[in-house]
Parts: sequence; C-alpha cells; structure tokens
Amino acid sequence: MLQHHQAKGFEPQYYDPRQDQPERDYGTPPSLSEATVTLLIDGREVSVPAGTSVLRAAAELGIKVPKLCATDSLQSFGSCRMCMVTIEGRKGYPASCTTPVENGMVVTTQTDAVARLRRNVMELYISDHPLDCLTCAANGNCELQDTAGEVGLRAVRYGYAGANHLDAEKDTSNPYFTFDPAKCIVCSRCVRACEETQGTFALTIDGRGFASKVSASQDQPFVDSECVSCGACVNVCPTATLIENRVIEFGQPEHSVTTTCAYCGVGCGFKAEMRGTTVVNMKPWKDGKANEGHACVKGRFAFGYATHADRITTPMVRERIDQPWRAVSWDEAFQFAAARLRAIQEKYGRNSIGAITSSRCTNEEVYIVQKLVRAGFGNNNVDTCARVCHSPTGYGLKTTLGESAGTQTFASVASADVILVMGANPTDAHPVFASRLKRRLREGAKLIVVDPRRIDLVDSPHVKASYYLPVRPGTNVAFINAMAHVVVTEGLEDRAFIAARCEQPAYEAWRNFVSDARHSPEATEAVTGIPATDLRAAARLYATAGNAAIYYGLGVTEHSQGSTTVMGIANLAMATGNIGREGVGVNPLRGQNNVQGSCDMGSFPHELPGYRHISDAATRASFETRWSVKLDDEPGLRIPNMFDAAIDGDFKGLYCQGEDIAQSDPNTHHVEAALSALECLIVQDLFLNETAKFAHVFLPGASFLEKDGTFTNAERRISRVRKAMPPLAGLADWEATQGFARALGMDMNYAHPGEIMDEIASLTPTFAGVSYDRLDRLGSIQWPCNDAAPEGTPTMHEDEFVRGKGLFVMTEYVPTEERANRKFPLLLTTGRILSQYNVGAQTRRTANSSWHSEDILEIHPHDAEERGIAEGDWVGIQSRVGDTVLRARITERVQPGVVYTTFHHPFSGANVVTTDNSDWATNCPEYKVTAVQVSKVTAPSNWQSRQRAFDTEQRELLRRARQRDETPSPAG
Amino acid sequence: MSVRVFVPGDSTACALGADQVAAALVDQARARGLDLDLVRNGSRGLFWLEPLIEVETAAGRVAYGPVSVADVAELFDRDLRTGGEHPLALGPTEQIPYLQKQTRINFARAGVIDPLSIADYRRTGGFAGLDRALTLSSQQIVDAIKTSGLRGRGGAAFPAGIKWQTVLDTAADQKYIVCNADEGDSGTFADRLLLEADPLQLIEGMIIAGLAVGATRGYVYVRSEYPRAFAVLRAAIALAREDGYLGPDVCGSGRAFELEVRLGAGAYICGEETSLLESLEGRRGLVRAKPPLPAIAGLFGKPTVINNVLTLASAAAILARGADWYRALGSGRSLGTLPMQLAGNIKRGGVVEVPFGMSLRALIEDFGGGTASGRPLRAVQVGGPLGAYLSADELDLPLDYEAFAAQRAMLGHGGVVVFDDSVDMAEQARFAMEFCVAESCGKCTPCRIGSVRGVEVIDRIRADTERGDNLLLLKELCDTMEYGSLCAMGGLTPMPVRSAVEKFPEDFGA
Repeated sequence: MLQHHQAKGFEPQYYDPRQDQPERDYGTPPSLSEATVTLLIDGREVSVPAGTSVLRAAAELGIKVPKLCATDSLQSFGSCRMCMVTIEGRKGYPASCTTPVENGMVVTTQTDAVARLRRNVMELYISDHPLDCLTCAANGNCELQDTAGEVGLRAVRYGYAGANHLDAEKDTSNPYFTFDPAKCIVCSRCVRACEETQGTFALTIDGRGFASKVSASQDQPFVDSECVSCGACVNVCPTATLIENRVIEFGQPEHSVTTTCAYCGVGCGFKAEMRGTTVVNMKPWKDGKANEGHACVKGRFAFGYATHADRITTPMVRERIDQPWRAVSWDEAFQFAAARLRAIQEKYGRNSIGAITSSRCTNEEVYIVQKLVRAGFGNNNVDTCARVCHSPTGYGLKTTLGESAGTQTFASVASADVILVMGANPTDAHPVFASRLKRRLREGAKLIVVDPRRIDLVDSPHVKASYYLPVRPGTNVAFINAMAHVVVTEGLEDRAFIAARCEQPAYEAWRNFVSDARHSPEATEAVTGIPATDLRAAARLYATAGNAAIYYGLGVTEHSQGSTTVMGIANLAMATGNIGREGVGVNPLRGQNNVQGSCDMGSFPHELPGYRHISDAATRASFETRWSVKLDDEPGLRIPNMFDAAIDGDFKGLYCQGEDIAQSDPNTHHVEAALSALECLIVQDLFLNETAKFAHVFLPGASFLEKDGTFTNAERRISRVRKAMPPLAGLADWEATQGFARALGMDMNYAHPGEIMDEIASLTPTFAGVSYDRLDRLGSIQWPCNDAAPEGTPTMHEDEFVRGKGLFVMTEYVPTEERANRKFPLLLTTGRILSQYNVGAQTRRTANSSWHSEDILEIHPHDAEERGIAEGDWVGIQSRVGDTVLRARITERVQPGVVYTTFHHPFSGANVVTTDNSDWATNCPEYKVTAVQVSKVTAPSNWQSRQRAFDTEQRELLRRARQRDETPSPAG
Repeated sequence: MSVRVFVPGDSTACALGADQVAAALVDQARARGLDLDLVRNGSRGLFWLEPLIEVETAAGRVAYGPVSVADVAELFDRDLRTGGEHPLALGPTEQIPYLQKQTRINFARAGVIDPLSIADYRRTGGFAGLDRALTLSSQQIVDAIKTSGLRGRGGAAFPAGIKWQTVLDTAADQKYIVCNADEGDSGTFADRLLLEADPLQLIEGMIIAGLAVGATRGYVYVRSEYPRAFAVLRAAIALAREDGYLGPDVCGSGRAFELEVRLGAGAYICGEETSLLESLEGRRGLVRAKPPLPAIAGLFGKPTVINNVLTLASAAAILARGADWYRALGSGRSLGTLPMQLAGNIKRGGVVEVPFGMSLRALIEDFGGGTASGRPLRAVQVGGPLGAYLSADELDLPLDYEAFAAQRAMLGHGGVVVFDDSVDMAEQARFAMEFCVAESCGKCTPCRIGSVRGVEVIDRIRADTERGDNLLLLKELCDTMEYGSLCAMGGLTPMPVRSAVEKFPEDFGA
C-alpha cells in the first residue's frame, strides 16, 4: 500500500504526503511528559519524553523490535514476550514495551540469547497456529507472519500434533467481520481496544492458561453480545482472527485514499482502502484529529450504500409526478430544469423559486448552490437542513459569544473535570466522541446528564453519571435558569472572569433576572420534573469541580425555545468562567457530517458565507464584485416559509440538494401538500428518496467516495474529502450543480473543488488561510484560519470573545404551546440509534439494518399498563396534526408521561405526528415535544397505507424508466 | 467444679473429626453430670496428633491425641479432668518435643488461645506491638522492620522494610495494605493456621503496616478453599473494630485504618501479587507487567504494601519485642524464624517454626520422623509446586534463602513435601508442567503454550520417543519459560522440572 497510483480520471492535483507513508506503529502510546530522558539503544543515543517505553524509544530511532501484543493505540501489556531486550545492569530480558526509559540506560535490542528466546517463543505460537498462510485473509498484512520472519523461525520442533485450537469454530454472526478463534494468539489487543479505545467492555478473555479465549460478552456470538461493531478490535488484531468480511472477499487493498466520514458531525478521518475503484475497507485514520484512529459501526462498515443497487445513476425527468420517469442525458436534464425554473420565474416572479442545500454535501457544493441561488436565481431563497437541527446554535452562540460554532476541539474533553451532557445521546449519535468522553469519565471526571430519557451514558460499564436529571420535554429553559439561579445565589460565579470578559450592564441585568426566586430549583421542580436537591447538587458540581464542559445536541435546539436554551447554556458557561481554554466550553454535537460547514457556507437566507448578514452592504459588495452580479439585500425564505408559500401558490420551484425533506421535516401532511404544489421540484440525491417521489427532475448524486471537497465537523475542523472512485453517474455533485448553473446562463467553470475553496477563502475572513494545499499539509484545519491563526484555531474565545465582550442574555421560560392535555396526555420525543443514521437513506441500505429494522415506540410500563399495551403490540400515536402506528417497547428508560421513537424508517411516519411549532428565533422545528395519545391498534394508519401505495406507484414509475434505460438511451 | 477442655476448631482438626469429638465430650460430660467448659482453640500445628485435645489441670495443660469419638468415654473413665493416664496421653502440651524444640513467634499463640478472644490475645502479649507503634513515627516503624531483617515470607523473600519504605516515600492521597492470604502452594498451610488460630496477630501487623506507610485501608485476600479461615478472620475483624483497634480512630490515636476480607475464586495465580491486585479490583486474575511496582502503583493504581500473612503478622512481634531481638534469630541474611510446613510422605506432619539455619535433615528426621511409609526417602520438594526437588544427598542444606538459591532451589513459603523411593521423578516433572497448564493465567506465551508443550515433550521422553532430541528441547523450553515468562509462575515451573531431570536422570531413561 505504498504508492497511490492515480488512475485515469483521478486528478492528482494535490499531493498528500501522508498517503505515501505506511502508518508506523511505535508500539506504545506517546508519553506526554515534558521531561526528557536520554539513553543509548544499540549504541545510538536517543532523547525521548520521560515515561516513554524502551520499545517506543527504539522505534523513534527506526529500530523495529519484534512485537505482537503491543500497538501504539493501546497501553503496553507485556504478554507476547517478543520485544525482550537486554539492559545493562538488569537481570534477565525485560520486555521493552513495559520498561520505561531511564537516563543513561544502555539497551541492546539483539543478542544471541535474545534472538534464541524470541525464536523459541515464536516456535510456541506457531505450534498452535494453522499453517494456511497462502490462503489466509491476512496474508500480506499479518503481524504474526512478519514477526516470524523477523525472528528467523525455521522449524517447529514440537510438531503440530499437540494440543491446539485449530478446530475452534468461526463466529460469522457479525455482518461485517469474522472472528476465527483458530488463528487467535491471545494477545488481548482486541479486548484492550474494546476497553481502552471504545469503552464498551464487550470483550474479555474467557478461561485461563491454554484455554484462554476471546469471548464476546458471556461467550455469545458477536452479534448477540454487547459489541457495538465499532471495529476497534478488528483494527488492532495482528492476525486474521478478527478481520473484515470484505477483506476476506476481496483480498488486501493495494492503495488507499485518505478522506472524511460522511455520517455524523464528529467527522472521522478514514483511509478508504482500495483495490482499483473498489472500496475494500474503510480504515479509521490514525492521524485524523477528530477520531485518532477510532470509528463506529456506521463510518467503519456501513459504506455499502454507495454501490447499492438502489443508486440512481442516470438523470431523469418527467412532466408530472404521476408519470413514469424518463432517463435523459445530464445536459437534457439541466436544460429541462433550467427552462422550467426560468418559466416559473417569468410567470410567478423572481422570488418564486429557491433551493435547499445539504448538510451532507461538501462545503464547496453547498457554497455553489447558495451562489447559484443568490447570483443565478437572483433572490436569497436558500436554506439548509441545518434549519431543522442546529439553527438555534448558530443564533444563540452568535448572540452571546459572537461566533456560531462550538468552542473546543473534541480532544479538549480529556481535560474536563465535569461534563454536562444535555439533550444529546453521544454513545448512539456521536459514538467516537462518546468513546473519548467515556475514557475521561473512567479517569475520574464527573458526569451530569440532562435528558428526558435515561440514555446509556447514565449508567454503563465503568461509567455512571453523578447526577441524572430527567427533564420534562419542553422545559429546558426552566432547567438552565435554575442552574444559573443556584450559581448566582450561592456565590459560585467566576467574578474575575465576568468582570474582565463580559459586558457588565447585561450581566447585572441577567444576574437580577436569574436571582429571582421563581427560577429557583424548588420553584421550577414542578415544571421540569427535576428534584430540586439533585439540581442544586449538579449546579454546585458544575460550578466548582474545575474545568466544566457542556456538550449538547438536538434535545436542546429542536424546541420552541431552542435558541433561548442555547443562550442559557452560554450564560451558564460565562458565569462560571468555563470558556476560552482546554477542558471547558460550549459544544454542540452536530447531527450530520457537514452541518457546521453548510451553515458556514452561507446557506441561510439572511447570511452570506461566514455568518455575515445579507443586508451588510460591504460584505455584499465583495461578493457582487467577485460574482459580477447585483445581490438582493433582503433575506429570502426559510424552509417552512417555502412550504407555506408553496401552499399559498407563491413558491413554485425548488432545487433540493441531498435532503429528504418529505421524511425529515415535521408535519409530513403539510410538507407533502407543499411539495405537491410545486411546478418544478429538482431533487439531487443518491436514491429515489421520499422527496424525489414528488420531483420532476432527478439529478443523481455522488457519494462522498466519488468526489473531492471538504467537510467541517462540530469542532470547526475542515477536513478533506477525496475521491476514491469515479462518480457512478459520471458527475460529482459540484459538477452537476455547475452544469445546471451554466444551463441557467451562469458562468460557473471550476476545474476542481480546490478552486471553489480558494474563492471561499478570498471572500470569507474566517476562511482566509484555508487552501487545499494547507489542508494536505496540516491534515485538517479548525477555522478561523487566517493570518492571525495560520494553522487554525483549536479553542475559541481564548483572550476575548469574538464579539469582544461576552453578552449575557435574559432567558425567560415560556412554556411551549404544545402541551399535554386530556386528549393528548403524553409527550412524544425523538432521537437516534447507533446503527442507523438520520432518515436512514444510507444505513438502511447496509447490513446495519440487522440491528434496527424498524422504529419502535418506547413507553413507560405505567403508561403502557393504563392503556393495556403489551411488549411488541402495534400502537397508534395520535397528535393534533396526524397519526401513525409503531410497535411498542415497554421500558423504564423513558419517564412516565413521555414516549420516544426514532425516525430512521420512512414508513414509521414519525413526522406525520410532529407539529409545525418551531423555535421563535430560527424556526427550527419543535421535534422534541409533541403531545400525543397512544392506543393499541390492529392496522397501520391511513397515512401509512397511502404512503405504501404511493411508494409502490413511484417505484413502478422508476422501474419503467430503468426498463427503458436498458434499450439504447440518450443518457450520457 | 468445671473442667476446661480445648478442642481445636481449625480446618485440619475438624477434617480429622474434631467437631465430632467436641460433641462427644459435651455429651459425655452431660451424661456424667460434669460441668465442661469447652474452648475451641486453634491447632498447635502438630497435625499428626489431631484431633489433639487439651485439658487444663492444676499442673497446666495436658494433651491427648489423636482422639476419636470412640476414645471419649474411656478418657472420662480415666479421669480426663486431672490429666489421667491413657494410651493417648501426651503429657504437658508444652513439653511435647515437637513443640518444645520450636521457636514460636508467629505461632506462639496458636492452639493456646481462643482465636476470637481479644482478652486472650492481649493477655498473651497481643497488641503490645501496636501500642508501641502508636508511639513511633512512620519512619521509625519502617526502620524497625528494616533493622529486623524481615523478608517476605510469601516466597520471594524481598526485604519487607525496603518495600514499606518505598510505599512510605511515594506520595498519594490513598495507600493500601494488602495481605496475600491466597496460600496455594501444595503442602503449605501456615497462613491458614495463623488465620484460624491467631487472626488478631495479622490484624495487628496490618494496622502497624498502615501506620508505617500512611495507609488507611487494608484488604486480606483469602483463597476460597479456606472458608473457615475467612469466617474466623471476619469475626476477628468485627471484634477488633468493636474494640476500637480498627476504624476511623485506631485506639484513640486519631489515625484511621479500615480492614476488609475478600474471598478469591479458586485460581492459584491470584497468589501472585499483581494478579491478586487485579482480582481484588474485580478483574480477572491476570498478571500485571512490572514496573510499576505495586509499592508505587498497586491496588487501584495507588501505592500498596502487599505482603504475605506471616510477613505482616511478624511485624507485631518485631514492634513488641524489638528489631534486635528478632534479628538475633536466624543466620546470614535469613533472619528471624520461618514456619516450615511438613507434608507429603512424612510420619509427623505439621507446622515447625524454627529460626533459619537448621538443616533440612533435622527438620525431616528429627521433627518429621522420616517417611510415613517407612521406605527410604528419595526426594523432597521444598517451596511449593514451583520449588526444586532435592535428593536424599542434599538434606544437610541449611534452611537459608541464599543457601537454597545456591543449589538452584528455593525455600519459598516453607512447604516441604517428602517422597519415598517409590516416586517416579519423570512423572513429578510432568506434574510440574501440568500444574502450570492448570494454573497459568494465560497472559504470556511461554507459560500459556510452553507448559502444554512441556507436558507433551515429557510424555515423549517417558515413551522413549526421540528421547535425546526431546530432552534437549525440554531444556530449551525450560530456558524459554524461565527467561521469557512474565511472572514467577512460568518462570519457576522449570525449577522442579530441571531438578528432576538433573538429579534423577535414571527416571528419564538415562
């Protein structure tokens, strides 16, 4: 896997030096000590940080001491006995992995005695190992084989007839990897990775001595165990014992392409390991700063959707949505779409069309869509799916701190002493960050969880929340005010920080506001449901335990007061001085890979890239100059406004880039009515998604594996996405958008996404220093990146807030109008599960569905019993706007009065039930609170029946297009 | 007038019928209208005489043994109350030569007192060491242990004072004292006897250790095969806590020491100190790589004194009677006394606590009385299943750590297992490997796989299959295990194997 040979059609425009380096394994993790120790290894002097192992020190010199159980992602273990060395003045042959360096140490890594010992230990290994190297899946990438070669094993004098494990049965239960215990050398790397790296503790060694074997949970098949299929064990296995099924199928990859995951907002770096244009394996990138070599079941394994048979690879058009699709050439599709949009504008006016950008597409792709709208459509009707998730984060943090982004790096959590997780479920939705978090908790940091549902973090192996505060859905502001009340009234503020860093009049006003007894935990207990004593204790812990960090998710933002809660969180962090250094901060956990980026790129109707208001003449002028057009200075329509306008007949054309609004947006009936009212809906997506069923033009999308670009993760980290295989439909999304723009008469001719980034950098001060060249050099960059911070900004607001002084904002609690009453006595809230992602378009088309094949309604035993509901019953969920039917799971995870479900499957219709209530500031939908009634039923809902019929009809229309496609077609 | 009779309640005596004898004594006394004051003491460690009952007479305690239920009526008939003559009569207990010739420090109270009587313990000099320690600084206590020359009795014989000093010198918010009572070596039982016969001595030693190094918590890790010792120790800890020896304010000193007992789960390897710590922490008993030493990062990563039962118990006597008194016993660098345990094919098995320096022959012949079978002695394994076999020619070896090491043997925990001339030493060598197969934790390869191959190679040697090559392979395997293993389990398994091959080559076809 040395040289990455560029195939024809791959542009080797930028050179990534890291791709040429096989990842070196230094054997043990680096020491963070600042003291230096100097020693002599094989006669060569080396200086390393104190606490470094002799093995690693040798590796720093380029000396490769044989090893099997050591790898630099795990603490040393000392079991394989291959890395023995001699040290002057010491008895015997110390294992170099477990021996720390000392000043003046004299180490010899190879002597006759050491060589003989290593060879004899290797002989023991091989006396219990199959000799099928040539047909073994690890052939070419087997550390056992390599090490046997290094130590010069030539014979196994014990023979092969002795006791052995060669007949041990394979476990093929996991869809993505195979466990072959016959090949296991019991190095415990997998067990240690499950503990140290992932923090799940699903693996153990069962039995002892020669009977020692790797066991998943209670000696169960992997798939039935607590294993979360993160792949950490597979990464570290030195043999073929734990190996990816695709490597078994395809063989060892021959080159790799370093890229960035397209699932959640953690933004893990991966090496797409390739054979030709086939992705054999996605290997977490050790140098990826967001993940440092770790991954989750989605990014690591669930990439099969990219080549799924459902992928649509030909542009298609139709006059009406009840007609069959017609496969056409890209050019014909562009012309068709452009002509329709222009006609609509002629007829209904300039503002009658708009676009929605995708938080799953690259920064460059999002940028050119908003450019297309502003410069091509001539209006500002552009919005993004971030509207429905983190728009309150943008508003709230911009208002209080001055920048619409999280304040920290993920690694910062390693310095936190107390961590408050609110409305987020990291182990399911942001698993790789959760692993970091859990590691810190195992080191002793304290945890406060605020969630209506008892998430796994509250109590899982080696992790237990100090306080679990079961907040009632919709009362976050009352909660955060009560926290502030305790801090202020008990004198726990950081007065020096406030005096130096924050606006005083606003602070005084806020202080008076929250000091009022109506915000006390005792006064709000009846509203929030959180026991006042617990809340007081949690507030004291947050304010006094040292570095306090807040991590929050959509459970904070997706409310009628989402923006208010975000500001309340910022207030709390400022009041306690927990901003502006490692280990603290306010950290939104972003749902999708490029939520941060799509917001950064000017996707909101009122903001140009870099969160600059469209009404600002100077900013507008810079874009007008560059784009040679006049820009509208009025903000355009937000997504909900577009739907309303469509129903009113004022909005007729929509270009929807990679978002399934028909499934993901609230109040499905309303959304469907709006989509049905459009005269031209252009959908650009990988699949015929729910929205595409209402579309007139379908532009086949390209997955992240098929294009170049960048994603920006939740820590503002811009990382490269690199093309690993050619786009299945011939064009990457940015190329399709560009072709469409040209059909509309725009002069858009980028040769490579790098040129788009250059334009972004030239027009956006926070991106001024960003270029593909610098990204290749640094691996990734956290914006702001400019002359003042040429390598980016890991921690924000260090010396002063972006807005100058921090602004405390008064956060009055206003109960949502969505209230439980006699007719709708329960509150429905929604969330995600580990194996599925968002609307499931990707993960449902992978084996991940074996873990979660349907969405389930969680209901408390008390509420279930009252309604005569048993486990597994079909239940109807009725809200003020609609109803749907799901299967029930009875669990105490949810509190009485609250029901919960996920929204990964289109037929679940979770959003048929959710209302169009939304955040007062940003219109982010109130997904997290819907008053419902739940009752036992026997049949699917009317909507579900209609949905099935519509789905069948639309699939038939697609099939007819494809049939036609098989005959010679004009598709290009 | 009431008569006080002592019937041991320890595991050995009970295994030999002491409970039934005690019941018969009570029945007989009742039938005869006699007032019997039955005390369940611990054993004196003269196991070949168990159940050994003692009667308090005007002339002191006199012994009878081994007593069976069938003997009880006759004992009463012969006026047991006054120490009447009987074929089982042994005379004044203290004058039984086996006991009289010993120098008992750790076992001075064993069988003498009620193990669960703090009054008995105090009356016999107990807690004098603690009283003294409470007047000393931590460094002074550590100095006393250093001066005494006390070395670890678990087998490794590491100077206890140096270990304690390391823990004292390592700053930490919490330190621990851990007692290794996972006495798994075949043929050893001294720890068990101490726990069952004089548990307060260990408790006192551990409190002293806590004061010495600044540890406020202690744990005793008792093997699951010792349920009685576990129960007795728990009861003793409860008594000590009730009387203020344990708890937040030890004897009103303002210093805290809490003590808990934990039961093992049947793994020999948990007697290895780092495995024991893992097990105490609730994990699998897997050996840890050293460094770090437990003295620096031990239980829960904190500085920890981990010592054997006898080591910690010895601290009580050393503090009470002075380091110089202690170091005056013994020889060379092996100071104080070592409770040897005689077992195997031996006429008089039991605990023999003597100063270092006595010969193995004196131990086996004078105390043990030679083989039980009466056949000639052929081999002795000293130091547990990982100790070397010594031949009949080597019996003049003095009980001294260095002298044994020079013979590539070890004293270990003081277990002595005797074999007569019917022993097949090749089978014993095989057993050494087999034991390692059964008890290896499985972490390191030389031990995990090497022991299995060891059994196979020895089988081939015994079957005369390529004997020469396999003897050579066995020798290399022993080197690999000795130099390559992570801990003493795999590292010492070659010791009995090598000694068998070298000293008894005729059993290997030579």
